[in-house]
Amino acid sequence: MNRSHRHGAGSGCLGTMEFGAEFRRFSLERSKPGKFEEFYGLLQHVHKIPNVDVLVGYADIHGDLLPINNDDNYHKAVSTANPLLRIFIQKKEEADYSAFGTDTLIKKKNVLTNVLRPDNHRKKPHIVISMPQDFRPVSSIIDVDILPETHRRVRLYKYGTEKPLGFYIRDGSSVRVTPHGLEKVPGIFISRLVPGGLAQSTGLLAVNDEVLEVNGIEVSGKSLDQVTDMMIANSRNLIITVRPANQRNNVVRNSRTSGSSGQSTDNSLLGYPQQIEPSFEPEDEDSEEDDIIIEDNGVPQQIPKAVPNTESLESLTQIELSFESGQNGFIPSNEVSLAAIASSSNTEFETHAPDQKLLEEDGTIITL
Amino acid sequence: MMKFRFRRQGADPQREKLKQELFAFNKTVEHGFPNQPSALAFDPELRIMAIGTRSGAVKIYGAPGVEFTGLHRDAATVTQMHFLTGQGRLLSLLDDSSLHLWEIVHHNGCAHLEEALSFQLPSRPGFDGASAPLSLTRVTVVLLVAAGDIAALGTEGSSVFFLDVTTLTLLEGQTLAPGEVLRSVPDDYRCGKALGPVESLQGHLRDPTKILIGYSRGLLVIWNQASQCVDHIFLGNQLESLCWGRDSSTVVSSHSDGSYAVWSVDAGSFPTLQPTVATTPYGPFPCKAINKILWRNCESGGHFIIFSGGMPRASYGDRHCVSVLRAETLVTLDFTSRIIDFFTVHSTRPEDEFDDPQALAVLLEEELVVLDLQTPGWPAVPAPYLAPLHSSAITCSAHVASVPAKLWARIVSAGEQQSPQPVSSALSWPITGGRNLAQEPSQRGLLLTGHEDGTVRFWDASGVALRPLYKLSTAGLFQTDCEHADSLAQAAEDDWPPFRKVGCFDPYSDDPRLGVQKVALCKYTAQMVVAGTAGQVLVLELSDVPVEQAVSVAIIDLLQDREGFTWKGHERLSPRTGPLPWPAGFQPRVLVQCLPPAAVTAVTLHTEWSLVAFGTSHGFGLFDYQRKSPVLARCTLHPNDSLAMEGPLSRVKSLKKSLRQSFRRIRKSRVSGKKRAANASSKLQEANAQLAEQACPHDVEMTPVQRRIEPRSADDSLSGVVRCLYFADTFLRDGAHHGPTMWAGTNSGSVFAYALEVPAAAVGGEKRPEQAVEAVLGKEVQLMHRAPVVAIAVLDGRGRPLPEPYEASRDLAQAPDMQGGHAVLIASEEQFKVFTLPKVSAKTKFKLTAHEGCRVRKVALATFASVACEDYAETCLACLTNLGDVHVFSVPGLRPQVHYSCIRKEDISGIASCVFTRHGQGFYLISPSEFERFSLSARNITEPLCSLDINWPRDATQASYRIRESPKLSQANGTPSILLAPQSLDGSPDPAHSMGPDTPEPPEAALSPMSIDSATSADTTLDTTGDVTVEDVKDFLGKARTIPTSTCPARSWSAGSLAPAWPLNIEPRLLTCRLHWDLLSCPA
Repeated sequence: MNRSHRHGAGSGCLGTMEFGAEFRRFSLERSKPGKFEEFYGLLQHVHKIPNVDVLVGYADIHGDLLPINNDDNYHKAVSTANPLLRIFIQKKEEADYSAFGTDTLIKKKNVLTNVLRPDNHRKKPHIVISMPQDFRPVSSIIDVDILPETHRRVRLYKYGTEKPLGFYIRDGSSVRVTPHGLEKVPGIFISRLVPGGLAQSTGLLAVNDEVLEVNGIEVSGKSLDQVTDMMIANSRNLIITVRPANQRNNVVRNSRTSGSSGQSTDNSLLGYPQQIEPSFEPEDEDSEEDDIIIEDNGVPQQIPKAVPNTESLESLTQIELSFESGQNGFIPSNEVSLAAIASSSNTEFETHAPDQKLLEEDGTIITL
Repeated sequence: MMKFRFRRQGADPQREKLKQELFAFNKTVEHGFPNQPSALAFDPELRIMAIGTRSGAVKIYGAPGVEFTGLHRDAATVTQMHFLTGQGRLLSLLDDSSLHLWEIVHHNGCAHLEEALSFQLPSRPGFDGASAPLSLTRVTVVLLVAAGDIAALGTEGSSVFFLDVTTLTLLEGQTLAPGEVLRSVPDDYRCGKALGPVESLQGHLRDPTKILIGYSRGLLVIWNQASQCVDHIFLGNQLESLCWGRDSSTVVSSHSDGSYAVWSVDAGSFPTLQPTVATTPYGPFPCKAINKILWRNCESGGHFIIFSGGMPRASYGDRHCVSVLRAETLVTLDFTSRIIDFFTVHSTRPEDEFDDPQALAVLLEEELVVLDLQTPGWPAVPAPYLAPLHSSAITCSAHVASVPAKLWARIVSAGEQQSPQPVSSALSWPITGGRNLAQEPSQRGLLLTGHEDGTVRFWDASGVALRPLYKLSTAGLFQTDCEHADSLAQAAEDDWPPFRKVGCFDPYSDDPRLGVQKVALCKYTAQMVVAGTAGQVLVLELSDVPVEQAVSVAIIDLLQDREGFTWKGHERLSPRTGPLPWPAGFQPRVLVQCLPPAAVTAVTLHTEWSLVAFGTSHGFGLFDYQRKSPVLARCTLHPNDSLAMEGPLSRVKSLKKSLRQSFRRIRKSRVSGKKRAANASSKLQEANAQLAEQACPHDVEMTPVQRRIEPRSADDSLSGVVRCLYFADTFLRDGAHHGPTMWAGTNSGSVFAYALEVPAAAVGGEKRPEQAVEAVLGKEVQLMHRAPVVAIAVLDGRGRPLPEPYEASRDLAQAPDMQGGHAVLIASEEQFKVFTLPKVSAKTKFKLTAHEGCRVRKVALATFASVACEDYAETCLACLTNLGDVHVFSVPGLRPQVHYSCIRKEDISGIASCVFTRHGQGFYLISPSEFERFSLSARNITEPLCSLDINWPRDATQASYRIRESPKLSQANGTPSILLAPQSLDGSPDPAHSMGPDTPEPPEAALSPMSIDSATSADTTLDTTGDVTVEDVKDFLGKARTIPTSTCPARSWSAGSLAPAWPLNIEPRLLTCRLHWDLLSCPA
């Protein structure tokens, strides 16, 4: 049997018991989380399972299930608690990523993560988990609902990974259906994936995929060098819309047939670039405000945004844009689904000041 | 979605209107010497000269400022040109045997060159009676006879055709076939069966019926058109050229064996003659052909024989020589480039008995040389235009706008002292046709070009004619190896032939290290800095008197004791020691030499602080040239960078690198090829499935060109190259105190900002006290996209760039707003960003590369004045991309305003050479010898406006919509574009023409803004349609016709003057639109 435990750090209240899972709720000092070993002991103590090896996981702000197995990711987990930290515990012998799905909360989440990152979990279920940066997003398929199903919009997060982007593009030609019949038009294609590169490891891009857009800007009419420069200029947050050469393995399509929104067929026929482009524009403003300033104290810092001043409309435009850009197509969808999860499981959240101390309802009081 | 909304807001009609008043793109004039000239013509009556080029361009020059340009539709070589004397018409022959008639016509008071007619010799079989093969009808020579009404065409097939010039139609039946000539030639004069191509046609000066025909095989005949018979026959050697003496009693012929012969035409003697003189001037050893010969007699007795070529084949066969022989005086003019053609300026009035040549003009491949033949010694006349910009290859250029009159006068006088005009020479520039109507330029612009030989040339770029002012040579400061060799070569020169070096084109550089990389000039203090290929940074100051002084030398090590680097490039230049004589002009004060001696990549000068900053691929330095002491040196080299140590002159490097890369590419493709083969069957299945599945299958054809997508990393090669340096008085450390700062940007997106402690100058004192300058690193910005930083500028509280040194303190510019609120604009190759100061936070930005896929090559802040409002101007950022497009952005909002395509993207040297001016103009090299001038400003335009007095009765009411070649929009080396210039709007004579110069212009004609609007709107509708159809044009014309005739727009309509100085000087541009070539058949 699978024992699954949910904990609230900070505060919160316990939901119902489901599928034989036990729920515990306790408080931690956010500023002094202590060591992982202590925390592990605490969990065993709380659940009264002192000699059972367990795998500890937590839900991060994106709703992804991430492990806690060392000091680093433990601290990360505590610092992301907002204010509730949900921790999942599984017996190690039963532990498996797919096993998490037994819990309804996580099941929904897994559907979501499958859509976003279809390969990661399936391909390597028994991955040995170590450092937290492995769990930054590296790629995603986005805008599934507004793109025609023959297209795929892939976002590659170069930031924070040591892997090269690792792909090459070339000139080519593709045949298009136009009002004047079939027309051969020049296009840009992926020509090569570097083994071990980011592009190859995602499995979302393949050789001979036709590149249609780069960060929301159509590449038609642009030369290979122009597209190269555009991709390099956007390389920290590259969003490529491709028409995959292999349409059969189109994950997007499969998940779509299971029924999300039916509007894509319309989109594919008429006016789809106009529709998607605006939703896309802010993306390229994202994740790029990371120019670094070193003041005379010698500490590198990211350059902040200037406070918008009303005197110039133009600067105002820029500010608002990038403000909006904080929400891209990826993150909000998760936030929304998280909220849905929370409500469906009748979980209530209270807001407490983070430094406020412990109180537990089923009698266990722990002071750290 | 936000962006979408705001984007629409950008299309605000008021702003659009303002943009039209501020920005307009025009290529206005080509400066310099036409690239690859191939033909020359001179009209002695109008005194204008035409040069044709291999790219099919025709350029006509008169007095300085009088220029006309045309471009043949086919980019074929212009082989010959002939003026219809006094008519302002020109007949050009291309190497495809087509003839084109060009006319100088006046539109609205300004003259333009237009192609009127063209003619292709019919090559259909049976035309010539005999079925002449195609090649036999190739036109070899053209002669205009009968006052230019008829043209005689000599062909390769020995026939001579006659053509009516006004209509360019063949006069059937007048053709002179070789058979007719041969009939009257005795057998022993027949050189074989055929006569060979017609080599020369010369008309009789007084008797238009007589034509001297020279055939290639050596037969010369004087053909009488009236009697249709041969008057005289001569037989010489293989013929090259012919010339008829003025009194028509002498004929001179030149031959391929280097000889020439003089024949006397005596009416009495019949019909065959022997030469009176036959000589090989540079004999007795075999000589090269004399390509062209001229015979000119003088009133003072004797005659000039001027010929090109004929040099002894073995010893001087490679020289480009023109020999001038008069009586016993022979001068062999030794040029540095190939001779294209030459002519003499002489009297052509039929009543004159003598030619009396005044000047000899020789067109060479790379320059034009004019010699004064009336002054003993035949000195060269300095040319006011057609300057060979590339006399040594141009390595950099800079533009200085609004040069103060005082500095201008000093530079001009320094230049005059350099090349003293021979006082004895009475002759000034002999080509003086036409009148320059352009107003005196409102401000003086100086173009500085740095050259490979270490010289900096100063050009007057204020007007249409780019005039050389002064030449600064830095080579004298250094010891180079080549000096002795030069003097030896001089000594080894023999007395015979009497060579004389003429012209200034010198493509050979003594020492490539002398090359000038960067130039900066302070126009207020007349101080300048010249930085070169071997890391030399020279601070110079203008002096009106020659001095003899030693130059102090300082060496700055930019590696700053970094370990593990060995410079593999060239040595540093060794400066000469001891006092050196310096002529009046810019004299060196301080020489700073960077170590390692890599080429200087950035330089900037602040004369108020007496500081010069310079950067190389290794780092940057700051030098106090008042105290002659270094202030700062900083190494920017990345530890892994090995390429930076190779030196710019290492060719091995690039070859090695490219070889390595190509091998790698081959190897990789082999590897991937194997992999592909391994699962070929599955691939095949996949491909089949794909085909079945997809409506639009991909083309699987593989092209070898592929590009790697990888962001820049910090350790890329040459990441430490310093790309720009900048001085500013701004807030770096806190918002309360501003002070001197220095900024440096590198190839890897790093920006270093230093706060400088410059001792304040005493009140009223020019020089600051003798205290050390200190530099403290204040801030360091790393742009995460790591693109090279190409420009840095600080904007004041009102968002305007800070003025230049001394500009504000001398009340020459509005003082900057020093109340704070400063911002720094950092332009990288990919993005523009504005950060606030002193607390650095991102204010605005524009990601050009992410949006357009183009990269920034050149940027400049320029002031754009409005055409509509006298004192409205905006400062904008002008930017040239690697695709050759020019973009203009607002500052500091960084919103895109306009963009134009300017240079072909393949023209890399053109893009690299582009330089912007402060007032929205720019220059770029369209060939090694020509600068194209372009204008982004709607107001500040420099273009030829000139007129020519033509005594040719022209139908003034001929008001057809002639599609003409634009004088300037068509660029000789670029893609041609045409202008449709509505000459008049309703078919009646042009209103501007019908008004005499005395009639005051009706006020509403020039001042009604309505007229402008309607005209421009019509313009834009056409301009934006892309492909214009004939219907569009008709519509447009119809629309234009509804505009009252009096609404011809004038540029001066905003000036408030009711009667402009030149009522005829009406700008036709607003009514013009671009069309495609296929409209040439558009009915009027």
